[in-house]
Amino acid sequence: MNLHPTTTGLLLAGILFVLGLISVLIRRNIIFMLLSVEIMLNAAGLAFVVASSHWGKADGQVMFMFILAMAAAEVSVGLALILQLYHQFKTLDSDQASKMHG
Amino acid sequence: MSPALIPAIPFLSACILMLGWNRIGRAAVSVIGCGSIAIAAIIAVLVAVNVAGTGMQPVVQHVWNWMHAGDFQVGIDLRMDALSVVFVLVITIVGFLIHVYATGYMADDEDYSRFFACMNLFVGAMLVLVMADNLVLLYFGWEGVGLCSYLLIGFWYKDPANGYAARKAFIVTRVGDTAMAVALFLLFQYTGTLNIPGVLQTGAQLWHSGDPVVTMIALLLLGGAVGKSAQLPLQTWLPDAMAGPTPVSALIHAATMVTAGVYLIARMHTLFAASPVAMSTTAVIGGITLVLAGVSALVQTDIKRVLAYSTISQIGYMFLALGCGAWSAAIFHFVTHAFFKALLFMSAGAIIVALHHEQDMFKMGGLKKSLPAIYWVFLIGAASLAAIPFVTAGFYSKDQIIWLSWSAAEGSTGYWLAALLGALLTGMYTFRMFWLVFYGEEKTHVHHKPGANMMAPLYILAVLSTVAGFMELPHTLGHVTLVSNWLQPVLPAVRLVQESAVLEWTSQALSALLAFCGIGLSWIWVMRRPRGMVDFLEMPAIQWLRGCWARGWDFDEIYDVLLVRPFVYLSKVNRRDVIDSIYAGMASFAELSHNIIARTQSGLLRWYIMGVVLGAVVILSVLIWRIYE
Repeated sequence: MNLHPTTTGLLLAGILFVLGLISVLIRRNIIFMLLSVEIMLNAAGLAFVVASSHWGKADGQVMFMFILAMAAAEVSVGLALILQLYHQFKTLDSDQASKMHG
Repeated sequence: MSPALIPAIPFLSACILMLGWNRIGRAAVSVIGCGSIAIAAIIAVLVAVNVAGTGMQPVVQHVWNWMHAGDFQVGIDLRMDALSVVFVLVITIVGFLIHVYATGYMADDEDYSRFFACMNLFVGAMLVLVMADNLVLLYFGWEGVGLCSYLLIGFWYKDPANGYAARKAFIVTRVGDTAMAVALFLLFQYTGTLNIPGVLQTGAQLWHSGDPVVTMIALLLLGGAVGKSAQLPLQTWLPDAMAGPTPVSALIHAATMVTAGVYLIARMHTLFAASPVAMSTTAVIGGITLVLAGVSALVQTDIKRVLAYSTISQIGYMFLALGCGAWSAAIFHFVTHAFFKALLFMSAGAIIVALHHEQDMFKMGGLKKSLPAIYWVFLIGAASLAAIPFVTAGFYSKDQIIWLSWSAAEGSTGYWLAALLGALLTGMYTFRMFWLVFYGEEKTHVHHKPGANMMAPLYILAVLSTVAGFMELPHTLGHVTLVSNWLQPVLPAVRLVQESAVLEWTSQALSALLAFCGIGLSWIWVMRRPRGMVDFLEMPAIQWLRGCWARGWDFDEIYDVLLVRPFVYLSKVNRRDVIDSIYAGMASFAELSHNIIARTQSGLLRWYIMGVVLGAVVILSVLIWRIYE
């Protein structure tokens, strides 16, 4: 099977994204959920990179830099929230933090 | 003297007594309560003298503007003309005597002050009714009378039955009041005014005899009169109104309330005269009512209910006279009836008090010896009611009606026969009551005799019940026409078609004979009790018939089935408010949706993510589908 590199790259990005999404949905450990979100983020980044190489433009690369920076910031906030959550509930199970229901 | 003071003083004293409640001592309440009516009576006499002195010129007083909107102007205008003078004099004088009597009758009541406040208000409202120069003010007095009747019939409100009777009186008369209100709207629409002289004048120009509009208006006015005066078919409230204290019954029956209908028809007589249908309806209602109520009075056991039915019957005579165009005869009968009915009610009240509030006639008896004074005044009242010839007022007034119901242009033989039958019945039920109460063996012991303040009004009324008749004597007996002359400026003379002295003699002799027959029959019925008659009365069919009569021809039952129960059923069906359920349904639908959607707010983070994903999937699918479309 002869696949175009762009197609291959986008397929990989899609598979990564779906894997991340599925694990966000089925994991209850909040650290794994954060990891999965990072995987989804990187999948999106990969799609940007593939697209920029396809069109031979630097925009996608630049966007990936933004995504990396944002991911770093997001992880720091996310980890801080996870620490607070653990402090409050003595567990990392996200389903335990269900006080805000209707 | 200003006519406005006549109703104003009773209103003022009612206010004082109401605001003072029980802080005013009993003696002061008696003085204020009776004194206000006495002053009103004195002023009324002065105004009457004034009116008579100026050649029967009506005195009209404009007190102030009540409402003014466009062409519509209503003032508090009081009018004293020949007709209202008669009513005002009777209301204030008889009202005063009843008040004096009430100071004795109600002496031990805890709500003494409230009683006199309501009585004064009652008299004041009735005075406004008969003195009003426009129909709006008349309606105000009309409703005021209705309110006071409610307050006084339910005076002993701790017994639920009294409250029921009060509500019944209020609601039943309200049916008539509604008809009257519609009549007023129609009158304003057609004549553009509600001033009584204006309405009568414009009406006479506007409508020919038999015009459907004037017939409708007259019939609607008649509806109002029928309600207030307890005539068929709205008579059911009056017997139950006996729940009130006896002075109230006397006031309602003699001076105020029930005569309002007679006044209304006499006041609006040109409208009635323009409509033969309304005239004959009035006469037929009066004729039927006087017979039916007379029959009902025959079988009552409660002394006050006999008198209540006799009032309905006597007002029936007045309606009969009005329907025959014999206006002044109706007013004359109103005057004599006010005297003797007040006398009968108050002496019945004195008997009731003397016997520990016993009202059942079959538990009385033999009171001739123990209460001789009451015996004599009651005899005078009963004789007047039964129309014993020559010496009683009732004879002259009633015989005038009986004669005119035949000889007047609008009269007929049918009316005359009904009136004669009524004379027989009146003699029977009046003296049945008389024999039962005063003769036979004594069944209940008299525990105290009425005081002077109760007896004095009775003596005065006994005199009035006798001499009042000599104001108007028939052609055959002296031919005195004081009443009809006095009323001449307001009420036209009756048109006669037969003016034969022989026929008039026959009619008078016949009615006198029938009255004596009635008395004789009641003597046989009550005192002799022959074997055959007792057996006849014990027959099941007769027993049932007597029960039906005693319940007032089962009108209550009929209305209950026809009106009350369907209404209660409908309200039961509609208890949840059918129309409102649409809006309630919308609200409960919103609440249901809320409950369903609130279920999805589980607090579980992964479900929220799922929601976001699903939403994204749906949006993407739609977008892709649109692109490839």
